Amino acid sequence: MAKIKLKDLVKNYDKVEVLHHVEGEFQDGEFIVIVGPSGCGKSTLLRMVAGLETVTSGEIFIGDKLVNDLEPADRDIAMVFQNYALYPHMTVRQNMAYGLKIRKISAFEIDRRVNEAADILEIRDYLDRKPRQLSGGQRQRVAMGRAIVRDPQVFLFDEPLSNLDAKLRVQMRLEIKKLQRKLGVTSIYVTHDQVEAMTLGDRLMVLNGGYVEQFGTPIDLYDKPASVFVAGFIGSPAMNFVPTELKNGKVALPGGTTIDVASKGAGEVVLGIRPEHLVANDKGAIEIEAEMFEQLGANTLVHGHLKGTTHPFVASVPGHVSNESGTVMRFDAPKEQVHLFDKSTEKRLED
Amino acid sequence: MVENRPILNVVTHLVLILGIAMVALPIWITFVAATHDEARMLQAPLPLLPGGYFFENFKQTFLGSGLSGSETAPVWRMLLNSLFMALMIAFGKIAISLLSAFAIVYFKFPFRMGFFWMIFITLMLPVEVRILPTFEVVADLGLLNSYWGLSIPLIASATATFMFRQVFLTIPDEMLESARIDGAKPMRFFVDILIPLSRTNIAALFVILFIYGWNQYLWPLLITTDTDMTTIVMSIKQMLEAAEQSPQWNIIMMTALLAMIPPVFVVIAMQKLFVQGLTETDK
Ligand SMILES: Nc1ncnc2c1ncn2[C@@H]1O[C@H](COP(=O)(O)OP(=O)(O)O)[C@@H](O)[C@H]1O
Ligand SMILES: [Mg+2]
Repeated sequence: MAKIKLKDLVKNYDKVEVLHHVEGEFQDGEFIVIVGPSGCGKSTLLRMVAGLETVTSGEIFIGDKLVNDLEPADRDIAMVFQNYALYPHMTVRQNMAYGLKIRKISAFEIDRRVNEAADILEIRDYLDRKPRQLSGGQRQRVAMGRAIVRDPQVFLFDEPLSNLDAKLRVQMRLEIKKLQRKLGVTSIYVTHDQVEAMTLGDRLMVLNGGYVEQFGTPIDLYDKPASVFVAGFIGSPAMNFVPTELKNGKVALPGGTTIDVASKGAGEVVLGIRPEHLVANDKGAIEIEAEMFEQLGANTLVHGHLKGTTHPFVASVPGHVSNESGTVMRFDAPKEQVHLFDKSTEKRLED
Repeated sequence: MVENRPILNVVTHLVLILGIAMVALPIWITFVAATHDEARMLQAPLPLLPGGYFFENFKQTFLGSGLSGSETAPVWRMLLNSLFMALMIAFGKIAISLLSAFAIVYFKFPFRMGFFWMIFITLMLPVEVRILPTFEVVADLGLLNSYWGLSIPLIASATATFMFRQVFLTIPDEMLESARIDGAKPMRFFVDILIPLSRTNIAALFVILFIYGWNQYLWPLLITTDTDMTTIVMSIKQMLEAAEQSPQWNIIMMTALLAMIPPVFVVIAMQKLFVQGLTETDK
């Protein structure tokens, strides 16, 4: 078990910088999720920690050891790949034992560790099968078993669940979380799925275009998104945004109404409100022309646009609501749930 | 196509039978000729049914001196020579091309593509084209009349290198990365992962290369002068031209029959892997 420290990490592919001065300190035993849209550099960052990609500049520490120039095998890590990367010609047992055999661990000890991991993951019955005789979920377990038997300082996961169907994904997500808690191994988990990120991570590092947008707990990210990007990325359905003007502690809405905000500044801003924070109120300042009602059972999503504009807006209201298309519904936005971002930098305006 | 039309069935069978007959007839005639005595084989018409001299012919050919009145080695010796040559060529080619494909696909070194193209260009230089310089080199190395001389000049193989390169390119990168994390050094990865994953391709290539080696004619003819080193394919030809006598068809055909057996054996033994190697795509 170990801390991990990334210092001013930069990665270039043929002169093109794809990761820009990434900083981060991960605590011992923490579950860190790196999340961001496809192509933002998540895998690259993870593979640099694994030692599969060279470091252009900057430093990576695992424990107190600078690992920049260490081979992957010498970094005391284990990695689970998206396509599992099991050796197709070896049985499950051989797959799990291969790394230990190379490390010249005694046959007795290898057997003990493989059986122990197999028990934890409940794959004892398939130990003598080949990977191609297993289902996706079972292969996934074997890939994790291969990581566990090595008893590493760090687990690295690169979108390990994205080849599974939705139901299995939810189940495996829970199991990974439980397993990590139980073993207490520092883990870095890469995903593009914000729900996966929110449910798994102790802390999330949001990457966008090779920049760290924000690094914090899921609640931090949800309550105080540092930028328009994070605000829109975290949370489902996504936050509503309206470009507007801030003056005297109020922002103006296109319909002519205003709402109170906590910020004292002035200037062009982007207003952000999460659909689930809108409170239905017949005298509310936010008027939505409803177009479609999505019934989710516990609540209803009202899709529409701000009255008098084409600006799309979504509200989530409890219970079952259904109206004619075109009905105008009014909502209030509690002051403390309203987010303001600078229009040009798209950074959060502090209250 | 699953269709049930009687006429079509008859026609397809006829075509197949005709095809088999065309392939099998020469082999049948070879077999029949190997079962008659010398005199019968010189009379017309050619016999189409087996005679009673199979074992005499077999004994004289396989163990004896073969043709009466000429200085050839017994056929068992030729078979052994051919076998050694074919095996050395097949194994040598496979080993060399596996290693060079490994280097080209998995290592970044200066002029990598340059080397690849150099190997590729040798496709244009089969033995027949470079036979004189090669002979000179082999003679200078003192390898005339030896198994090394018979096989080494035929071992380099661009085709096989190219084929293994394609095979390795289909193996996902994660396989290498996973092995690196497991701590496998390059040669370990090569032996433990790459070779088992190319198993069927190796088998398919082995069959093709064994037959290629077995059928070598020009090169053995050139560098073996010792009768103890002659290979079976070249000596069949020599038997036909044995001076001052009419050809002893019974002996020649028996030799030909014996020459066919090892390749057939190799094909049958490797058939399952061979077919997999040529058709399977999923890794
Ligand atoms: N081997 C490579 N050569 C050149 N560019 C690469 C290579 N690998 C990744 N990239 C680029 O780096 C960026 C980040 O890639 P990656 O880390 O795989 O993204 P993610 O995992 O977040 O989807 C992408 O723009 C991609 O095109
Ligand atoms: Mg990726």
